[in-house]
Amino acid sequence: MKKKISNSRSTLSGPLAKWGWFFLGPVTLAFIIGFVWPFFQGIYLSFCKFRLISNTKFVGFDNYIEVFKDGSFLHSFWYTALFAIVSLVLINVLAFMVAYVLTREIKGSNLFRTVFFMPNLIGGIVLGYIWSMIFDGILSKFGTSILLESKYGFWGLIILLCWQQIGYMMIIYIAGLQAVPEDMLEAAKIDGAKSGQTLFRVIIPNVMPSITICTFLSLTNGFKLFDQNLALTAGQPYIIQEGGTVIKTTEMLALNIYNTFYGQSSASQGVAQAKAVVFFILVAGLGLMQLAITRKREVQQ
Amino acid sequence: MRKNKISAEKLGKTALTVLFSIISIVYILPVIAVALNSFKLNTFVKTHTFELPNGESFAGFANFIKGMTFGNYPFVKSVIYSVVITLLSAGLILLFTSMAAWYIDRRNSIICKIVYYLCVFSMVVPFQMVMFPLSKTADRLHLNSPWTIPIVYLGFGAGLAIFMFVGFVKSIPLDIEEAAAIDGCGPVRTYFSVVMPMLYPTMISVGILEIMWVWNDYLLPVLVLDINKYRTIPIHIQYLKGSYGTVDLGATMALILLSIIPVIIFYLACQKYIIKGVATGAVKG
Repeated sequence: MKKKISNSRSTLSGPLAKWGWFFLGPVTLAFIIGFVWPFFQGIYLSFCKFRLISNTKFVGFDNYIEVFKDGSFLHSFWYTALFAIVSLVLINVLAFMVAYVLTREIKGSNLFRTVFFMPNLIGGIVLGYIWSMIFDGILSKFGTSILLESKYGFWGLIILLCWQQIGYMMIIYIAGLQAVPEDMLEAAKIDGAKSGQTLFRVIIPNVMPSITICTFLSLTNGFKLFDQNLALTAGQPYIIQEGGTVIKTTEMLALNIYNTFYGQSSASQGVAQAKAVVFFILVAGLGLMQLAITRKREVQQ
Repeated sequence: MRKNKISAEKLGKTALTVLFSIISIVYILPVIAVALNSFKLNTFVKTHTFELPNGESFAGFANFIKGMTFGNYPFVKSVIYSVVITLLSAGLILLFTSMAAWYIDRRNSIICKIVYYLCVFSMVVPFQMVMFPLSKTADRLHLNSPWTIPIVYLGFGAGLAIFMFVGFVKSIPLDIEEAAAIDGCGPVRTYFSVVMPMLYPTMISVGILEIMWVWNDYLLPVLVLDINKYRTIPIHIQYLKGSYGTVDLGATMALILLSIIPVIIFYLACQKYIIKGVATGAVKG
């Protein structure tokens, strides 16, 4: 059977040979402009000092050394890592609980599903301004603001992200929960398993693929967060350290890179690009880890 | 005894329905707060955020009228540019990536494999990695207008779309295409009259993901577009803050309300497809 498929695929591929420019051409051209060229140029520029992109000077690993000496970058790295882990746990636990309840045929579950998913369609910038109004509405009663204390900024962004993403993860968990074989659940019931036992011994092992997907999705979403961060606090409040370095206490990695590119001094663009490469390696590493875990599980099954 | 157990279960479910009704109401409160505050005078938004507008704080439609030209840029223009960019980008992506995906799977040459694996690779690359060189390249190639930025979106967004389309094309049996070829159908006609109609369901899923992405995107257009001339809705809203010393919160909320109403209508109208699209996109990506 397999052989037949590959044979017939090659009989089709003959006449296709002449048409590559037509089918593949437009995407390839746009892909080179929009991804391939900028990607390799980005790697090259991370090793250069430059003000204009046409006038670059190769400096080896200097930019990377700068990156790891930059207090604001290190701060935003740890801040982002903490944020990503806290949001990962909260979003997934809550989304799983919601999905678990909504798959138990309670009345109105379709309506609840609609409501929980809705915030996902609102863009990050708009979300940021909606929540900054709400948080300031609450905090102004206590004479403060979300921009004045970094712990408000942290938890504010967590609440915002939970509001936005619980519905999304819920959809994936619902799909996973509905795929749990009915006969397994019945067998557990007949054997007299309590509902807690059924949940941890039968249901959760069966939805592990969904859990893996959602875990990594929320982890990378947390690391890549930009719009919401910019619109809610834009890194405020600031702390000025002894050496004169300004630490923007609620600034996450993506925003730190952006500010290094387009901030006050344009001389640091090489350093900014080096930060971007480090950021890329981090995010791509998470992606590869997810792939490895999913692959391993597929082999086991 | 048994009857008791059943009624207890029923009671539990009713309790859950009540609980989730309350949570649902809390969940949509932020949107309601936006709607309420868009009718309040600016000075009351911050101090009386959660109160209904009353005689003193009610502003009527003043915020909406003011919002139209707020930030030294007409809001209507942002809406038009957002619509143009979103529709053109989604259209381009759907047409060209589906064509490419079919070709990649059926031709399966070395070049096809290279393009495919580069696409898969591009899915794990964050935008910050390419944003600086990309905005410079786009400037040099004059891709900085709403009519040309869809090419940039096609390039940066090709990865996920091609990945999803290839996954689906693999599952289409070859017999139909072979029959078409034997009947003297060339590749172009085979694709457009035989293969493409079979791809429509996948196109809806991919299209919704792309529309949601482009419509809400802030960073790519703000870096690529000529901001003085062209603003999308997210750019417009972000720039309200920079244009005056203090922000008029009432007018900002009016614009936010105007920009989320179409999104909510779109969601309620195509909810089924949106949820399905998101689920397939997430599972594959």
